Amino acid sequence: MATTTGRPPLWRDVRVLAWTFQIAVVLVVVAIVFWLLDNLRVNSQRLNIPTGFGHLDQPSSFPIPGSDFRQTQPVRDALVEGFQNTLRLAITGIALATVAGVLIGIARLSQNFIVRSAARAYVEFVRNVPLFCLLFVMYGAVVLNAFPRVADSWDVGPVAIVNVRGASTFWFEGGNWKFVVALLSAGIVAFLVARWRSRIADRTGTPGRTGLWALPTAAVVLVVVWIVLGLGATAPEIDGARVTGGITMTPEYFAALAALVIYTSSHVAEIVRGSIQAVPRGQGEAANALALSGFQRLWHVVLPQAMRIGVPPIGNQYLNLAKNSSLAAAISFPELTKVTQLTVANRSPAVPSFALLLGIYLVLSLVISLFVNLANRRLAIVER
Amino acid sequence: MQTFLTEDLAVPPPEPPRPPTAGPADWVRRNLFRSVGDGVVTVVAAIVVGFVVFRFARFLFSTGRWEIVRTNLKLFMVGRYPADELWRIVVALTAVAFVGGLIAGFVARRHVVAGTVAPDQPVTRRLVALVGRLWPLVVGVLLLLFLSSSPGPWLTAAAIVVAAVLGRLAGPYLPRRSAVVLVLGSIVLAAALVWFLTRPVGWDRWGGIMLNLFLATAGITLCFPLGVLLALGRRSKLPLIRAVCIAYIELFRGVPLFVLLLLSAIALGFFIPTWLEPPGLVVRAIVVFTLFTAAYVAEIVRGGLQSLPKGQTEAAQALGLSPVKTTFLIVMPQALRNVIPALVGQFISLFKDTTLAGAAMGFLDALQVANAATAQDAFRGQRLLAESLGFVMLLFWIGCITMSRESQRLERTLGVGTR
Repeated sequence: MATTTGRPPLWRDVRVLAWTFQIAVVLVVVAIVFWLLDNLRVNSQRLNIPTGFGHLDQPSSFPIPGSDFRQTQPVRDALVEGFQNTLRLAITGIALATVAGVLIGIARLSQNFIVRSAARAYVEFVRNVPLFCLLFVMYGAVVLNAFPRVADSWDVGPVAIVNVRGASTFWFEGGNWKFVVALLSAGIVAFLVARWRSRIADRTGTPGRTGLWALPTAAVVLVVVWIVLGLGATAPEIDGARVTGGITMTPEYFAALAALVIYTSSHVAEIVRGSIQAVPRGQGEAANALALSGFQRLWHVVLPQAMRIGVPPIGNQYLNLAKNSSLAAAISFPELTKVTQLTVANRSPAVPSFALLLGIYLVLSLVISLFVNLANRRLAIVER
Repeated sequence: MQTFLTEDLAVPPPEPPRPPTAGPADWVRRNLFRSVGDGVVTVVAAIVVGFVVFRFARFLFSTGRWEIVRTNLKLFMVGRYPADELWRIVVALTAVAFVGGLIAGFVARRHVVAGTVAPDQPVTRRLVALVGRLWPLVVGVLLLLFLSSSPGPWLTAAAIVVAAVLGRLAGPYLPRRSAVVLVLGSIVLAAALVWFLTRPVGWDRWGGIMLNLFLATAGITLCFPLGVLLALGRRSKLPLIRAVCIAYIELFRGVPLFVLLLLSAIALGFFIPTWLEPPGLVVRAIVVFTLFTAAYVAEIVRGGLQSLPKGQTEAAQALGLSPVKTTFLIVMPQALRNVIPALVGQFISLFKDTTLAGAAMGFLDALQVANAATAQDAFRGQRLLAESLGFVMLLFWIGCITMSRESQRLERTLGVGTR
């Protein structure tokens, strides 16, 4: 055929069609966003409500229970306070949920019938009820209704005092930064010792016993630095109608933390179980053939491979936990969402306040997923 | 290589594995007292578990005061739906049961025709299998009937069972090509039932677990098409479409549902013009659930699409199918089949999250009923929150465990991972 095939007509050219379609979609999206923003502008002008962030410098005119925050401080400080509470809840929750979840996940695969069944009952129950119910149960039915009054607290000496006003335990005394320095130096020494021992193990083939070396050394370093910096320790004591000393979790914080940990740990446990089962059976059998003990088999052979499978979904659970910490607003724990609700109730404009709130949660989520991705990359198999 | 080795070195054939010794004594040894340490664990765990079970049983049968549930059963189930109009709910449930039975019968017949299920199983055996499958639901319904103090629930349950059985019996006689009619009919029926139920009272007086179920059903139905479109958009070759979809998905996955619900309850009025009446709270909740869950569904469906070998698309193209047909007849069915567990998990989580709407928007959903019931004159200050919340948790547990068990069964029937 001698006909030269030039470009097809415009209405049949795939590339033209594709771009027209895309531009149309983008235009529609942009138009909707503009329409919404324009409505916001018009409505705000009509009601004489500001759309900027000027309210952040106004006095907040509400107190935050359980902190030194005063009513005269600006809204900005209130939000910072709320964000700190959210972070406290999220970080502690993630740490505890990981530990509990891994233990329960392993328990689900135990050879012991009772342990296996108890773990299964826990997971099957908790995973299938709403977190919100657990939260109200922990707060209303457990903390407020079942915990004793201060006079008859459950008192485990310096370790814990639990009553309806909260749960207290021992804590350090004498400056936050000193505490951080002490912890950091102990951690660094432990890391160095562990690396030194594993190098020796690599070189000589003798067992490294990294844990046996690193942990006592770290403990000694911690004690020494503690004494050198002049840090003290305080234990909780019942002093009439209240508990003094130590560190006290408010009932709201305790209930929110417990509910988040119980709920998330059941999900983490399921992921851990699935990941361990996804490790080929031959790996465990090979460990048995090498005469490794049960703990060695789990710690050196099975868990490292299971982690590779389990880290991305567990990271999702961390994200969920951080976002679910907003539910604590419903039991009046002054985290970010509750504080924002309070500011809106105290004449801060609703839309900018909520936009800021959403933005902060978005950044928090991105930061967490960044950490998870880093962990994931470190664990991934290095291929050619 | 293998044969060479075996022949040449004359490796004796491996002994057949010894059959595991049976008997209760052996079971106890293997499962409870494998070693000394295991024995210690068994004793300690038995004491702890025994204590928990004892406390739980005591709460259930002795110390728990279940009068609050018995008195407020109607509030827990349907909220403040007017008593004179309750027959509408009975009619709706009966219709749903009939159509459900019809579809089950139709599907079963198709399975028999396809030869995947043996045709003639005795009715008793099928019934036992059904109860074994749905035991949480059966136990829950029996418990509700036991708690109820009027004949209404008994009649409702009877009507539902009769309708389901009739549907199941009629289903196999539907003509072979009724699938599309059934799906479209269900959608029309659902819309008609919503109209039928909202006629006397409007949405804002719905409540109880009925509201949770309705919000979840509406959210699941509406989010699914949007989620599939977003997943396709995210994998599209068109950069602008992809960017829009990624922005949407990441935005909605990065913020808490509770905050979105609060925002739509408080600040939605700012975003719509004055001449437009702001939608009711239930509609807002459904929209938020739909938009939120669609982002998660999109990620799940994307996972399914990625799990599919490229050869499937190429084979469809080789057959000359259009891109739309390739996507919806070849790629999507297989991709969705691969992600059924994750999808159902997402729907379960949506069902649980409907409790957030109650707190954020002030509905009297099941959880808020549980909170409010403890403030009634008859029950105030008696510390009955554990009982009322426990009952609500049981309702949610039944719904979620049934969904998850059915999804596992569906997974097995469709042969995920085996074909």
